Amino acid sequence: MIRHASTGLLSRSIATGVQHRHFSSTEVPAADELFMMAWKRIMPNLDPPKTPLSFVRPRPSSISAADIASKLTVNLVSPYSEFSNREVDMVVVPATTGQMGILPGHMASISELKPGVLSIHDGDDVKKYFISSGFAFIHSNSVADIMATEAVPIEQVDPASVQKWLVEFTQKLSSASTDLEKAEAQIGVDVLVALNSAL
Amino acid sequence: MAALRREGRRFAAPLISPQPLNPVRSSISSAEDQAFMGVRSISTQIVRNRMKSVKNIQKITKAMKMVAASKLRAIQTKAENSRGLWQPFTALLGDTPSIDVKKNVIVTISSDKGLCGGINSTSVKISRALHKLNSGPEKENKYVILGEKAKAQLVRDSKKDIELCITELQKNPLNYTQVSVLADDILKNVEYDALRIVFNKFQSVVSFVPTAATVLSPEVVEREAEAGGKLGELDNYEIEGGETKSEVLQNLTEFQFSCVVFNAVLENACSEQGARMSAMDSSSRNAGDMLDRLTLTYNRTRQASITTELIEIISGASALTG
Repeated sequence: MIRHASTGLLSRSIATGVQHRHFSSTEVPAADELFMMAWKRIMPNLDPPKTPLSFVRPRPSSISAADIASKLTVNLVSPYSEFSNREVDMVVVPATTGQMGILPGHMASISELKPGVLSIHDGDDVKKYFISSGFAFIHSNSVADIMATEAVPIEQVDPASVQKWLVEFTQKLSSASTDLEKAEAQIGVDVLVALNSAL
Repeated sequence: MAALRREGRRFAAPLISPQPLNPVRSSISSAEDQAFMGVRSISTQIVRNRMKSVKNIQKITKAMKMVAASKLRAIQTKAENSRGLWQPFTALLGDTPSIDVKKNVIVTISSDKGLCGGINSTSVKISRALHKLNSGPEKENKYVILGEKAKAQLVRDSKKDIELCITELQKNPLNYTQVSVLADDILKNVEYDALRIVFNKFQSVVSFVPTAATVLSPEVVEREAEAGGKLGELDNYEIEGGETKSEVLQNLTEFQFSCVVFNAVLENACSEQGARMSAMDSSSRNAGDMLDRLTLTYNRTRQASITTELIEIISGASALTG
């Protein structure tokens, strides 16, 4: 009888353990079950490959959308650097539709970015980055993901070389003959004008 | 008694050496025949040559290990820095390896050079399995291959399915510009509903995880988002910028593809160097072991021949005196 009770207790504790893990796994979802099953059926001798989901870093759950967080969590990523999980007050991004300020509790949106200055406000501290282009995802749980193809702190930009390149690209634009050349020069001029006005 | 035996040996000696031994030795090396004329001791020439070649091989593998280690260090920080790049996409669009679409394109990432363990055959195996998994009536599976080694393996049995082959990726140090040009090339030349990128994710110098990332085409993303299911959450997001929603989605998926490929290429290059490093480490260790064994054999034989010679001299001397 007692033995049975202990096994009962044990199984319950295991069950709750599993349940608990399942609950927290809303942040880190398990790999695709359907895919795993299909794989096991077709390739029983080969381990299924991992999927990006199993490497994704845990993110704050989206359940707390109702009570708005007081801070905004920002992930700024570029191919060569990463600036993750910083808690700030406000971010201003250069969206294609104009400068966009993001505060905690911003509605979920996806926006394209154009070349411009990204400023991150935390208290009185303002950090400015120049980004060339990219995307910004704002999630309903006060998390903003900003992906840029290039992101450099504005202090690291050399004004003299910006001027030099601007002159060069303006010349290229006026002398461009094909559409492709024109478009390329136009992109260069756009980026450099944005950079120049940011300095 | 002993004297008789010695006498017997003296008589037998002209018979035994060197003629009857010659066929055996000449099978090893005829050039060394001259060294054996009249010499009864065992030749150490072959062992010495073998030792020399093993030593040279060890030197080469050691050097390759060093090179791989230094390359690995440079590329590892790059790969680690690029890991944040795809995470927002996975958070937004989720992960859909089980998606059932008509045109599947499998992007197999491998290395250009060999001697790096099993990483290339792993990605080929996974790619073949994905091909099998997604094949069916009215379905199309195509391969896009990055790297020489996967090409060599896949050309054998699925030549007709190879759509595009890109090699010499690592001639220059990898950077995002180069990879995005490459991604653009793939997107332009291949029709797809889902791209499945197969690569080895670097974990440590000795462990790599075969990984398959999935990137959907903008149409499929839109369809899935409207139908609910895995991408249903995407409908809650307001899409800003661009003329239409599908235009933004196209930019988004193309950007996603370039980001995923950039990370995948770096991870795979990192795994390649790691695998090469451990493969070269084990082969130089193996060469060391072999060298030890050969040295032991060599020294034993040398010792034996010295002993034999000494016995001959002493017994000869004692025969004269006795």
